[in-house]
Amino acid sequence: MTDNLIRRGLGRGISRRTLLQSTAGIIGGSVLPAMPAFAGDKPAIGSYPAGVSGSTAFIGISVPRTGTYAVQGEDELKGYQLAIEHINGGHDLIKKISPKTSKGVLGKELKFGVADSAAKPNEAVQAQQRFISENKAIMITGGTSSAVAVALNKLAQREHVMFVCGISGSNDTTGKDCVRYGFRQNFFGQTAAAAIGPVMVKEFGKNKKAAYLTPDYTYGHTVTKSMQDFLATAGWTTTTNQVAPLGAPDYSSYLLNVANSGADVLINVNWGHDAVLSTQQAKQFGVLDKMKLVVPYQVPFIARETGGLMQGVYAATDYWWTVEDKFPLAKMFNDAFEKKYGYKPEWGAENAYISFAHWARMCEEAGSFFPPDVIRAYEKGETLPSLVGDVHYRAEDHQCVRPVIIVKGKMQKDMKNKEDWYDVVEIVPGEGLMQKPDAFGCHLGDYT
Amino acid sequence: MISWPNLVSQLFNGLALGALLALISSGLTIIYGTLGVLNLAHGAMFMIGGYAGFVAYQYTESFILAVIAGSLFVMLLGVLMERVIIRHFYHRPHEDQLLVTFGLGICFVEIVRLIFSSQSQVVPPPALFQGITNLGFMFYPTYRLAVVGIVAIALGALFLVLYRTRLGMIVRAGIEDSVMVDSLGINVYRVFMVVFGIGAMAAGFAGIVNAPVVSLTPGVGDDILVETFVVVVIGGVGSFPGAILGGLIAGEIISVTSMFNPGYAYVMLFAAMTLVLVVRPHGLLGVQGRE
Repeated sequence: MTDNLIRRGLGRGISRRTLLQSTAGIIGGSVLPAMPAFAGDKPAIGSYPAGVSGSTAFIGISVPRTGTYAVQGEDELKGYQLAIEHINGGHDLIKKISPKTSKGVLGKELKFGVADSAAKPNEAVQAQQRFISENKAIMITGGTSSAVAVALNKLAQREHVMFVCGISGSNDTTGKDCVRYGFRQNFFGQTAAAAIGPVMVKEFGKNKKAAYLTPDYTYGHTVTKSMQDFLATAGWTTTTNQVAPLGAPDYSSYLLNVANSGADVLINVNWGHDAVLSTQQAKQFGVLDKMKLVVPYQVPFIARETGGLMQGVYAATDYWWTVEDKFPLAKMFNDAFEKKYGYKPEWGAENAYISFAHWARMCEEAGSFFPPDVIRAYEKGETLPSLVGDVHYRAEDHQCVRPVIIVKGKMQKDMKNKEDWYDVVEIVPGEGLMQKPDAFGCHLGDYT
Repeated sequence: MISWPNLVSQLFNGLALGALLALISSGLTIIYGTLGVLNLAHGAMFMIGGYAGFVAYQYTESFILAVIAGSLFVMLLGVLMERVIIRHFYHRPHEDQLLVTFGLGICFVEIVRLIFSSQSQVVPPPALFQGITNLGFMFYPTYRLAVVGIVAIALGALFLVLYRTRLGMIVRAGIEDSVMVDSLGINVYRVFMVVFGIGAMAAGFAGIVNAPVVSLTPGVGDDILVETFVVVVIGGVGSFPGAILGGLIAGEIISVTSMFNPGYAYVMLFAAMTLVLVVRPHGLLGVQGRE
């Protein structure tokens, strides 16, 4: 990825930063010979077979490298890069997840291009459309914003190209906006609520008053609603729900409303830098002295970025590195990641890595990149290894059923090293948390 | 139903927010008023002020030195920017100026991101202003109270420079008619350089003073830039008092609207701007007839 082209657009909000593409990918895409309509007995569909007729297969990655989700996007990108390196090199960890993988996927080396989505759906779609049309991307991935994930779902279905979702917590992603060509590894906001809700009721009691800080898009609204629905069963009420735009520069006005709401608990649904800033400012305004803080969907790096404000705070997350005590694959992943990047991976990296590893396995099991075959391999719903134990994908909505990790911020005196931010309180099995596949109105589209 | 304590809280918060916007906008409006350059890198200057101060704080652990370092660094950067690039664009079309300053802003942001990464950096407020103050009707972060005072002093100093010094007189004359100033034998381009430096310094000063309020990221100047332009337009392009009035109005609109429906804060801000433009096309305190 050292030979990237950087293309800049003009205007804030218009292709704000970069479109990075590997030179290999561009050249590969541009010199491909005209493909026959059929490869073997499989009909051409989407970028198949054009994208895999040579010795390589191209993947389009879009992550936010600027904006409020930039930090998480970089972590996610590192997870993708490590997974591709492991897949191409036939690493032992990949073989444990995808036993048929030797080097590459179906013997083809993976190439990839990276685009900055800035967490904006239009930018992500433009970049991925380009990867599909110019580079014949056989699979696209990305996320960190559910709005981006939902938009890429639609693109994937329209273009008949597989979309393996990156970070996305909205109920819509594999709910009302689910598609046949999209799969998601990390859990619903609703699942997070179901996992952390009982912990909150146990810790804080019944009939409490909660104030919410909600980012104004699909992720924020669905997570807040899920939390409200769940906590209502224990008699909790909402005193105020402060809805702020993504990337708000200042939370003071919202926090004054929260401070005057008489709530017992502040449930901060914000994510990325928004979560960091709003939590820091909540402390400045004395809100954290008046009420307890809960983060239902933990933000990677929030503990270090807020410098201790997560001490004693409960959060639900996909992954925390200390689960390596329980899961050998997590230990392998942490070691490899830390060796390459110099820090413990957070859940963006874990999510990216395992999503790719599962996709590689499905292609190997299908024996083809032909998307309907790969989709059907996922839809068998077989038990798969992951970094947090065995998981499976539901055929009905393409959602991975996986455990939710509940963490609690450690007090500074208890931290064993500078990255020992959380205690893992509970690893809640996914099966009991999940709503029915059609609860959010999922109707998968066609295979062809 | 209106909660009076909440309304008073939000009005006060609007004042604090508005003071900061006024300071940043004053730099932008002075530059535009004198040089005729709409500096889209102004948000990046605000951001760099924060980071330069952050670096100084890392070495000295002194907030005062951080403020001085942040302000001076951005002033020097502004002077350098004016000498090397901006002066070539004084007689070029506005769109050229917009594009080049926008491009510079992107470069600055990316350089800072390269050096410091996207992770938030924290500059703590000075020990004297830490904690929360009980104002009787509300609790408010002590440092934010201090910011109102610091900004008021900075604006006062800027006022004295602009209205009580020879340089200020030339600058104000330049805003009215730079050709006339030039014909009086005053080196207008040297004045331009100084003005650009002062304007940039206002942004840099605001950046480091605001750093303990927000956590620093390379994108911290992006949103403030939009608000700053709205403030300048409401107050009147090129008007220093207009920037202050516009800043306070914008701060109050954002804050009070947030009490009822935060989602409409920016809608109301732009609605107010539109209303002002319809009624007074040159802004509330803008100079009539200025080209």
